[in-house]
Amino acid sequence: VITGPDDSFFWDGVARGELLLQHCNDCDALRHPPGPMCPRCGSLEWGTRAASGRGVLHSWVIPRHRTPPGFDAPYIVALIELEEGARLVSNLIGVDVDATAIRNDMAVEVCFVDGQEGQRLHAFRPVAS
Amino acid sequence: MTSGLRGRATIAGIGATEFSRNAGRSELQLAAEAIRAALADAGLTPADVSGLVTYTLDLSNELELARVVGIPELRYFARAPYGGAATCAVLLQACMAVATGVADVVVFYRAINQSAGLRYGRPQPVVDHHTMLRNVAGGGSRWWSWYLPFGLATPAQWSALQFQRYMHVYGVTNEDFGRYSVVARANAATNPAAAFYRQPITLDDHQQSKWIVEPVLRLLDCCQESDGGIAVVVTTPERARDLRQPPVHVLAAAQGALERTDMVSNYYQDDITAWTEMQLVGGQLWQQSGLAPDDIDVALLYDHFSPIVLLHLEALGFCKPGDASGFIASGAIARDGALPVNPHGGLLGEGYLHGINHITEAVRQLRGTAANQIGGARTAIVTAGMSGAVLSS
Repeated sequence: VITGPDDSFFWDGVARGELLLQHCNDCDALRHPPGPMCPRCGSLEWGTRAASGRGVLHSWVIPRHRTPPGFDAPYIVALIELEEGARLVSNLIGVDVDATAIRNDMAVEVCFVDGQEGQRLHAFRPVAS
Repeated sequence: MTSGLRGRATIAGIGATEFSRNAGRSELQLAAEAIRAALADAGLTPADVSGLVTYTLDLSNELELARVVGIPELRYFARAPYGGAATCAVLLQACMAVATGVADVVVFYRAINQSAGLRYGRPQPVVDHHTMLRNVAGGGSRWWSWYLPFGLATPAQWSALQFQRYMHVYGVTNEDFGRYSVVARANAATNPAAAFYRQPITLDDHQQSKWIVEPVLRLLDCCQESDGGIAVVVTTPERARDLRQPPVHVLAAAQGALERTDMVSNYYQDDITAWTEMQLVGGQLWQQSGLAPDDIDVALLYDHFSPIVLLHLEALGFCKPGDASGFIASGAIARDGALPVNPHGGLLGEGYLHGINHITEAVRQLRGTAANQIGGARTAIVTAGMSGAVLSS
């Protein structure tokens, strides 16, 4: 992961087990992926707040070929729509890696796992119903 | 209302090397060969060239090319970003240069030797991604960091994550995408210049091919990495009148991106089942050209992966949202259909040079010299991810 002044807060939060979203300090608009300026009001003042961690599975795939180093076991990549409205790419875990068993729009919640080279990453798992 | 490029720029020459899996020579040589061939086709010499345009990710340097090809004076050189999305943007830049008088003859080109260098279909280490991204996107974006740690690391994987939502919303299956691949390969099978000449496939072949990204892309949904070079000569209608080939007129060329557009990983628009950038491009193309979808005789639609063809058909108004799979299944995109699509075999069947061979095929169709000639073709549309063009004979 390459980070910089505009987005390092996010990965620092993940390392602590927090899912942080950026919002504008002037107009309160949420934005993700993060950036240095509010596209709504132009403000450079921004802060972060913890997301609820709940969302739905917007789309998903199972890469089967040319998976990167360390991704030898089957895995699911998920595009999550958080209940705050932001979209976020992550992994879906806690379900069989079986295309017939995965449902778009299923309710998911965040958890935190160890990724490559010990980096903490966010992941999502089905909400127990 | 008239606007844009209509009547102000023409394509006067095209040139290409062979497509192969291993060209055995440098990208600079491939580019130089293609440029010389395009100039010869037009009846021009390097001394006539005043501009060179290419993709940001092309590794052949304009200054080296001027020296190698023997172009005495370059007055305009520019590049367009975002991989294959640049395909009609380089055409647009060349046309704007000749339409404004900044340059008289502009050549745009793309040459790749993936067998010797970077292969776009493979995961890259993060550090190389950053370097590559600077070339592709033209600056310090770090957006791949949002995807690589989760095992989303190739163009096929990035693209598929968007297309899966389209499949879910409209009930489209991988078999529906396969029906496009079958058409593309049938066309390539009778195009001697195609990488897959004489190698048609059946829908069963498609369904038996291995998953690349389940449940979206099988092997036969994906273009293959190709080596080769292509160049295209653009000049004014006045200059083109005295040249060797019948001119192909540029009726419209346009780019399009929206506030939340991302290259390849376009996950942040409200509705990711529509190719909203192509809607923006298409609106400009119809307005500039004065044409409508029914006026188009042949379509060269970007097809690095088969699903994009469905989304482009819908974005341009050839079908309603969600109807493209039925449109394809009806036979409409075959060579004898209402809208022949990619009669050269497309990027899937002819070869993948970031889309520039769609422009050369459009030119051949409008000259009446294509391997799979569409009878009476007078108008063509060409698309790439974030750009498009309308051409006419």
